[in-house]
Amino acid sequence: MNNHKGVFILGEILNGKLAPITIELLGIGRKLANELGEELSLLLIGSNLSDLSKEAIAFGANKVYVNEDPLFDNYNPDVFAQITTKLCQKILPSIILIGHTDIGADLAPRLNARLGGGLSMDCIDLSIDPQNKFLIMTRPIFGGNAYAKVISKTARPQMATIRPKVVPPAQRDSSREGQVIPLDEKIDSSLIKIKMIEKIKEEVEGVKLEEAEVVVSGGHGIGSAQNFEMLKELANILGGAVGATRRACDEGWVPVTLQIGQTGKVVSPKIYIAVALSGAMSHIVGCLGSKYIVAINKDPEANIFNVAHFGIVADYKEVLPALTAKLKELLSK
Amino acid sequence: MNIIVCVKQVPDPEIPPSKFKIDPVTKKVIPPPGVPPVISVFDERAMEAACRIKDKHGGKITVISMGTGKVADVIKHSIAMGADEGFVIQDETFENLDSFGTAYVLSKAIQKIGAYDLVLCGRQAADWGAGQVGSILAEILGIPLVTFACDIIVEDKNVKVKRIVRDGYEILESPIPTLITVSSEIGLPRLPAGVRLMLASRKQIPIWKAKDIGIDRSELEKISGHIEITEVFIPTRKTECEMITGNTPAEAGVNLASKIANLI
Repeated sequence: MNNHKGVFILGEILNGKLAPITIELLGIGRKLANELGEELSLLLIGSNLSDLSKEAIAFGANKVYVNEDPLFDNYNPDVFAQITTKLCQKILPSIILIGHTDIGADLAPRLNARLGGGLSMDCIDLSIDPQNKFLIMTRPIFGGNAYAKVISKTARPQMATIRPKVVPPAQRDSSREGQVIPLDEKIDSSLIKIKMIEKIKEEVEGVKLEEAEVVVSGGHGIGSAQNFEMLKELANILGGAVGATRRACDEGWVPVTLQIGQTGKVVSPKIYIAVALSGAMSHIVGCLGSKYIVAINKDPEANIFNVAHFGIVADYKEVLPALTAKLKELLSK
Repeated sequence: MNIIVCVKQVPDPEIPPSKFKIDPVTKKVIPPPGVPPVISVFDERAMEAACRIKDKHGGKITVISMGTGKVADVIKHSIAMGADEGFVIQDETFENLDSFGTAYVLSKAIQKIGAYDLVLCGRQAADWGAGQVGSILAEILGIPLVTFACDIIVEDKNVKVKRIVRDGYEILESPIPTLITVSSEIGLPRLPAGVRLMLASRKQIPIWKAKDIGIDRSELEKISGHIEITEVFIPTRKTECEMITGNTPAEAGVNLASKIANLI
């Protein structure tokens, strides 16, 4: 444990740039590294990494390890796990930060299994214990009904995955200096068992759910795929996007890419209109970042009213048409 | 196809959040009285995935569950869904294990079961939700791993797994045997019913203790204990909800429209 030093970030590349989550990890990573008086390093896997390495240094990394190969532009679990494990076994970081993304949530447990560290996933807060210098990781449990603070006393590295948009991004400072270290380890291809066959995009047209200023979300009470059309209409009037709970997606009423919640998307629009959804915590954790929550539900005891700012207790089918029509009128002025 | 499914029994997550209570001293959740525990939702989906494969290709499903209390209930639920046999893995040394410890115990049980083509797990437990047991288990068993499956297609020597990602899906191919963690997007599970349910409820489910699966207490202590919980808390959320009314629901809708228009 004593020979583990430094904060290490697994970087992600999105559309040829550092992914927003990576810039957020550089922010919290720099903060933790400063508190520990240790170095911050980052690993980039992919191609055309020289500009990205400079960016990572400007955002606070002391060292950027680069594994350059166009073959690595697409995530392969076995390849990334092999590269990352080898590097971490060499540099022995005390803390590893990974984004809780499609890549991160898959890679982090693999890495942890190989390194034998202490991993906590889906963290919403990280801090250093001032006395013993342990990393304190805060994460939701029981579908978000509660939170737990966890530490790894002796197992190293301490590892955490962090949700996007939870910690502030790093500030760019082009005067920062750092080192770029190319990795030239050969991949042992006999250990690569998984093959990526195809990627299928299933984006819904219109405003992207995670970027929408207004989200109109439906739950199990909506009752059918057809009824979701009413929510689409309302969302269109407001220039927003439609979301749904896991139970509505389970029924097949909307594509699963619309799922909001603990396992699904996390959104933080200005206005979140929750229609015919009870407000189970595993859904609510996906929208608590909203500025205003509006609830329409015929059950006055529904939990959604405990987190909403405005509410109507009524059958949504009797509310939505009038709501939509009046908004159309008011917003056209 | 020989499939092993790992399932966990958890406190019912569907209870109203207001009834959710924790004990800050023991750092444990206090289940509300009279509410029976249930099978963890993602594990139930893993069972559903196994049943769909068995429906198509035939074979055997063995279900295992490590836990304290009346764990046999989730085994019986799984058998009623379509599993052929199941085992409870229970021992006082298995209480309070972390993800590493849990994965190790499950791996020893799987070793006792013998040959398999697929091991299926839920992507995370509906209670503590650490999301690691499946991945560590794959590592211990030395087999490939695919996570967040929403569909599994069995081929001759491989499986094609449809994996849920943020903006759609990925299709990955993995050689058999492999471990797959299953996500809720696989769809609704079948409801145990009829004769299957009746027969399952009458079954005697064997319990495997530490010695039955060759677990050394000292070895377990070395493997587990990576993560320690220092605090459990319920965040205080206080919102004042302004109830919008009207003579009719439609009128309330009109009143709400004015509120929303002001917020934009």
